[in-house]
Parts: sequence; structure tokens; C-alpha cells
Amino acid sequence: MRVRIDAELCQGQGRCFSIAPNIFDFDDLGNGVVIGDGELTDETIESARLAQSNCPEHAIFIEDQS
Amino acid sequence: MTDKPPVKDFATDWDHTDPQWVANPYPIWEDLRKRCPVAHTDRYGGGWFPVTHAGVSAVAKDSEHFTSRTVVIGNGRPGEEAMPAPIGVAPPISSDPPFHAIARRIMLPALSPSAVNALEPQIRALCRAHLDLIGDRELINAGSEYAQFISVGVIKQLLGFPPEDEDLFREFVHVVLEGVDHSQEDRIEEFAPIEEYFTRQIEDHQANPRDDLTTYLLNVEVEGQKLAPEHVFGTMVLTLIAGIDTTWSAIASSLWHLANNPDDLARLVNEPDLMPVAIEEFLRYYAPVSMARLVKEDMEYLGCPMKQDDWILLGFPAANRDPAVFPDADKFIIDRAENRHVAFGLGIHRCAGSNLARLELRVALEEFISRFPRFELSDPDGVTWSIGQVRGARNLPFRILK
Repeated sequence: MRVRIDAELCQGQGRCFSIAPNIFDFDDLGNGVVIGDGELTDETIESARLAQSNCPEHAIFIEDQS
Repeated sequence: MTDKPPVKDFATDWDHTDPQWVANPYPIWEDLRKRCPVAHTDRYGGGWFPVTHAGVSAVAKDSEHFTSRTVVIGNGRPGEEAMPAPIGVAPPISSDPPFHAIARRIMLPALSPSAVNALEPQIRALCRAHLDLIGDRELINAGSEYAQFISVGVIKQLLGFPPEDEDLFREFVHVVLEGVDHSQEDRIEEFAPIEEYFTRQIEDHQANPRDDLTTYLLNVEVEGQKLAPEHVFGTMVLTLIAGIDTTWSAIASSLWHLANNPDDLARLVNEPDLMPVAIEEFLRYYAPVSMARLVKEDMEYLGCPMKQDDWILLGFPAANRDPAVFPDADKFIIDRAENRHVAFGLGIHRCAGSNLARLELRVALEEFISRFPRFELSDPDGVTWSIGQVRGARNLPFRILK
């Protein structure tokens, strides 16, 4: 599973990088960015899902790439 | 003040300055949500109030049909000659695309998480200084002796304004946000001292540049051009107005909640790690800010016959109580894990100061409960709430418990 942020939808609400700082960071404008390639492990998927369910803009997507 | 008849039915005659709404708007919104998802009023020259999360979300994200030319409802409409769209009187909040993105990009780096996190030690020191002033009295006013000082202190420092002018800023905020029902002529007169003050501050910063937001705005360049003077002026006014009583309200309402809910207070005192999650629930449940839009052209929208220049009251606090989106929406759940609240708005106008507001709210609450782990309302009838589009507790008579 891989997580990504839709940059068109992200408005910098700042929830993802507060909830899951191991998965998300922010850029110069305060918009959320995924750290690395966004590949999720059994350990990180839960916090990625929690961040997703807290994003007011529905900008976080968790996708099965298989 | 104009003498107005009291509201009989908020579905057809809403008024966000009506005493009933000011005292407790939540039952009104709950009732409206069941009866009509979009309420109407002929007051203020006509306006609509979507009560659901879906309605609020649709309007907030639609800059094609709605303009942000002005975001505070009043009796007049902003004259196009005053400061036309897309810049508006206070960019970027009053700006429409495409100019909006330019004006917003200027502000965001100054308010990014890393920029504001650097302010934490100063904010903590400010909170402690005011708690020291309160001392160890049993009866205190947590509104007028604490909450109101935090954001005003931070914004003053951010803009680089003289410390002795704090009372003046609070007066400006009061004029802009709570005088919304005054006549257009009175409004012009009321705004004059604000204009004069900001002009003086700009001149002082031009003569004595320093490391603050005002100097930054005076020097920043967009495509090799400095900002127009009215743009600098507007963004400074916006920072002052949007930065002060919003956060002040969130701090005060959260303290009010803790005074009424000793179990929640005890949990926060005993489980400091809970604070970030609790902050989001405070923001959902006591979201202070509603914004406004103007309808661009006559149209049918959300099933309503909207006319050009009708107001839309964007009730983010109402959206946050919509049971269609939040299970047990009317319950404050301090450890609510899934919380897509919209206290800072939605879409391109998301509150640019949200990182700063969260930081102030967290530090102000942490410091208060660390100094006073137990407190209650000493006079529940003495609690007052602000009027208009920014809702928050003002007078907070507390008894500090040993």
C-alpha cells in the first residue's frame, strides 16, 4: 500500500504531519508532503489511515499498487 | 445601534447578532438542520445560511459563484470603487482567484509550521507572565485577565507594533467584528482611527525597518515588484483582526468547557499527551469563526433562489456539529480520534494562521492548567459571549480550587 497527497486538494490544514510525522512532512508553504515514496508497512498503515480520516480536505489517498 | 425586532423564526429571518443566537446558537442550528438545510433572512439586505457540512463545504470551495470581496456581514455592500475584487480590502482573505493565490503565497511562509513553532518559547513566557500577574487569588476572570492577552501579545509582536497599544487593538477588533449592525455612515466614521493608526505604523516601519511581518510586507517582491501600499495595509489589518479575537475566543471557550467539565480537566492534567487530540475537539466543538461570501450573480444554488450580492454566512461552527459527518456531533469527546473538523475553513481560504492559532491554544491551555489544575465557574450567569461572526467566551468568572 502506498500513501499520497493530492497537492491540488491539500490546503495546508496541517493535520497529517501532526498525527503521523513519520509519514508526512510539510513544505515551505505549510502544505503536507509525503516523506519518501509513501510505501506503507504494517507498522505505519494505521497512522496513515488515521491521518487520512482527519484530513478536512480529503486530500490523502491510500492505494493498493498491486 | 439600530433597534431591531427580535427574531421569531431563524429559518426565514436569521440574525447572527440576535441575543438568542449569541447566548447559545447550537439548538438553533440543530433545529434548522432538521427543517431547512439553508436558512434565509431579509436582514442585512438579504442572505443565506447553509447549516449542514455539505452546504458549507460546497460554498467554501466555490469561488466561481461566490466572491470573498467582503467576508464580514454588514448592512452595506462594499462599493466596487473602494477596493475592487480581486484584491479586496484585506488580501488574501478578501481576494478571489487568481490574485488570491499570489497574495496567499506571500503570507504562508511567514505562518508555516516551522516559522510559528519558533515562537513557542515567547508564547509560553507571555502566558506565564499573565498567570504571574493573576497570582494566587481565589476568584479570577480567566477571560479579561488571561485569554484576551495571549493572541493580542503574539500579534503585536508579529506585526512589530508598540506594546502599549494593546488596548487600542482590542478596540479595533471590537469595532470591526461587533459593530456589524451599525449604519454604513457610522462604519466609515468608526474605521477612521484604524486607518490612521496603521498608516502611522507603516510610516514608522518605513523609517525604521526591523525584523517583523510589517517590514516583511513592505519589502517582499512579487515578480520584481513591491506590494501596492493598500495591499500591505490590508494584509496588516487582516492579521490584526483575524489573529486576535479568533484565538482569544478559542482559548476562552476551551477554558469555559474545562471549568464546566472537571473530568475533562482532570484528564488533561493527568494525560498531557492527550492535548493535541483534545485541541482538535475544542476546535470542532467551539469553532469560533464563521466567514461570509457574496453571491456573484442571480442563480439557483443549494435549491435556493440566490440574488446577486446576497450574503452567505459560512457557518463552520455549524458544519462541525453536523451529525451526518460527526458521530455524536453534539457530544464533546476529548479523545475523539477521527475529527475532520472545519474550524479553520475549507478550500483555498483555509485560515492562513491556523498553525499559529493551534500553537497559541495549546500553550495557553497547557500553562493555565499547569498553574491551576482545578477550577470552576464562580458565577455562571456572569459569563458573556462575543457577538457576530467570531464566537467566544469573554467574561469568565472562575474560582480556583485548591
